[in-house]
Amino acid sequence: MPRLSFISTFCLSALLLILAGCAKKTTNVEHGNANQELYIGIGAEPATLDPHLSTGLTEYSVMMAFLEGLATLDAKTMEVRPGVAQSWDISDDGLIYTFHFDPQAKWSNGDRVTPEDFLFSFERILTPLLGAPYAYMLYPIKNAEAFHTGELKDFSAVGATAIDEWTLQIELEQATPYFLSLLAHNTYFPVHPPTILKHGAMTERISKWTKAGNYVGNGPFQLESWKLNSEIYVTKNPHYRAPESFTLNAIHFLPIDLETEERAFRSGHLHISSSVPIHRIDWYRDNRPNTIHFATSLGVYYYMLNTANGPLSDPRVRKALAYSINREELTEHVLKAGQQPAYHFTPPNAGGYNAEARFPYDPELARQLLAEAGFPDGKGFPAFELLYNTSESHRTIAVTIQQMWKKELGIDIELHNQEWKAYLSTRQAGDFDILRAAWFGDYDDPNTFLSLGETNNGNNHTNWSSAEYDALMKQAAVTLEPEARKDVFQKAEAILIDEMPFIPIYFYVTARLIDDSVQGWYPSILDHHPYQAIKLMDNE
Amino acid sequence: MFNLIARRLLQAIPTLWVVATATFVLLRLAPGGPFDDEKPLTDEIKAQIEAHYGLDLPLYQQYFDFLGNLLSGDLGPSYKYPGWDVQEIIAQSFPVSLELGLWGLLIAISVGIPIGTIAAIRHNTKTETGLMGFAMLGICLPSFVVGPILLLVFALNLNWFNPLGWSYAADRVLPAITLGLLYAAYIARLARSGMLDVLRNDYIRTARAKGLSERVVIMRHALRTALYPVVSYLGPAAAGLISGSFVVETIFFIPGLGPFFVNAALNRDYSMVMGTVLFYAVLIILFNLIVDIVQMWMNPRARHE
Repeated sequence: MPRLSFISTFCLSALLLILAGCAKKTTNVEHGNANQELYIGIGAEPATLDPHLSTGLTEYSVMMAFLEGLATLDAKTMEVRPGVAQSWDISDDGLIYTFHFDPQAKWSNGDRVTPEDFLFSFERILTPLLGAPYAYMLYPIKNAEAFHTGELKDFSAVGATAIDEWTLQIELEQATPYFLSLLAHNTYFPVHPPTILKHGAMTERISKWTKAGNYVGNGPFQLESWKLNSEIYVTKNPHYRAPESFTLNAIHFLPIDLETEERAFRSGHLHISSSVPIHRIDWYRDNRPNTIHFATSLGVYYYMLNTANGPLSDPRVRKALAYSINREELTEHVLKAGQQPAYHFTPPNAGGYNAEARFPYDPELARQLLAEAGFPDGKGFPAFELLYNTSESHRTIAVTIQQMWKKELGIDIELHNQEWKAYLSTRQAGDFDILRAAWFGDYDDPNTFLSLGETNNGNNHTNWSSAEYDALMKQAAVTLEPEARKDVFQKAEAILIDEMPFIPIYFYVTARLIDDSVQGWYPSILDHHPYQAIKLMDNE
Repeated sequence: MFNLIARRLLQAIPTLWVVATATFVLLRLAPGGPFDDEKPLTDEIKAQIEAHYGLDLPLYQQYFDFLGNLLSGDLGPSYKYPGWDVQEIIAQSFPVSLELGLWGLLIAISVGIPIGTIAAIRHNTKTETGLMGFAMLGICLPSFVVGPILLLVFALNLNWFNPLGWSYAADRVLPAITLGLLYAAYIARLARSGMLDVLRNDYIRTARAKGLSERVVIMRHALRTALYPVVSYLGPAAAGLISGSFVVETIFFIPGLGPFFVNAALNRDYSMVMGTVLFYAVLIILFNLIVDIVQMWMNPRARHE
């Protein structure tokens, strides 16, 4: 009976495999708790582990494990804490920062971290040839912009100097109150010069130095292996300046897709997920409320209006559109993850700033404004389009808002979606009426949001321009006293709300699933979670 | 035989050239570029990066440079993942997809052929209706439905398997079944119609008239010819199976090549798209060649054609 014997062989192999599967295996979480190894989902594969080339939060969350800047941020309070520099002095005019290096600060190969390493790193990221996307983060440093744009060829004219082997001095273009908090950003992370040069020129983008085995970092962990779409594995760096100050021995970063990640968490394969699928949020809220964690995030979801297009050039129309969106209904019944309705542009508590200017949810006023603009009950309002990048959640939001505008204003809009890169291309060409957009702050300060409204900002695709607004933003940049500076931002935000080139919709929250065994993970507006603070406690 | 192989390999050259050229042109026609992002780069930085990758050169020159590199076996660096070469990514991911694909193929063949054969033998009976209904279900149910259902039942509820990963032997079972079932269903349909055609032939009637048992008639005389259409299908199917499935590899978190196919196109990672598409084209050509050789072995008439 050859057919049966073949089938039996197959069944037998299948059975053996199933039995292999049945063998009781410890889950990652059990293994991790016993050995202080954290398993954390990062959602996607990091594009690069080069701090000067990376742009995303995913990359940052991984690089934080093996690189450290002059200063760090406290896990709980987000206050600036010593990093490679154990202390610093700031001149009275706020222009000169002198950093005193920690003698224990070492690279993972045992070399000392020196001021020269930072000079090399600053020069690398600012050299135009590298094409570092976020080099502008260093523009507060004197002459950094001129060097980066090629106006200045000599790096020694840039305001960073090694005073001696323990001291680095940075001179700023103008006083920048948030400068210290920038130092924890990956653009300010140092790279190990001999390692970079071993694998190519200083400005070589396509370098192998970021590979496991080549990587030399100065953070609490060191890179052991990097398998694409599988795992980035880091272990404790024995040369770290304070290895005894934290308990984790290793971290496994797993680039798992959203839905798969939730299943991985449920079966004990992850301590921390990078997010939670929307349709599972209610279940966790009802059944495992201690497991799901929400944190407000420094990000705003908004619609960008092309103010050069027909009726959208009239601020009354723009305001009518903004006032007629019921954001509570959207966040509570559609989005459900604790997002905050946005009635101003800058997210709450960005650098301690809370916008005073607010606009209302007032459909009656919206109808009145639309009538004043010549479109009573939406009559005669031309057809226009709302463009979003293809995504189920953007579509849901767009459909909800489309219905609200139809119901409250009598306006019909068409929804269009484009795949991400096509959407970016359309946005760049300004070929839209209304466009979905989002912005996440690069640093904890209102400037990172309000600068979007400046005339020359590369992200202002609205064709909206206000000389008064631009002047206020310039004024804020040179105002040192924190309260006075906030007042200037308040005035700028009031203009933005009155002119409404952007319609704020909601402020983001991050939702994560966190196993009970994880201690020392605090909600963070910048999604900044130093691994040194984390401890794993056995659930039993 | 050697003539056939030599002829096919020669034919492969213009085929690959057409594939490479069409992909190159289509990619450049797609809106957006590899370095566009949420926070747009300044024109100066974008120009620097594009110059780094030779994207500032006239298009025809980029095309000839690309063909030149291709001839020297260099697929270039990935634009999305600086530091990784396209060959390196394929070399790291393909063995995983290959293994998964072979398991899937095994399941597809070992489930599909018996189902199709039995259905044909039991023509016009409830067994046939049931088996072909099952096959139809396999075709209709996409892997993004089958995968999560299998996971829910066998990994999360019964706890027999890991819900993700590729570390243990047992991690192959659920993804291979998910991947194999769809192909099994097609194979079952092809095997059934092949067998039905063969069973009507005179030589089968002769075999039966000789008094051979039904099992011998089917296994020794009918099956080989009946599987002819299945083997034709297996060429491209095998190429598809082993080059990675975006859905299955994503659902089960398997570090294969599948996600790179899709993400490379979405990221406009030009070199990665070119690399994966050409790699896939080579696989298809290779498997079609294998199919021809197998068919020659199965059908002596073909050897003389």
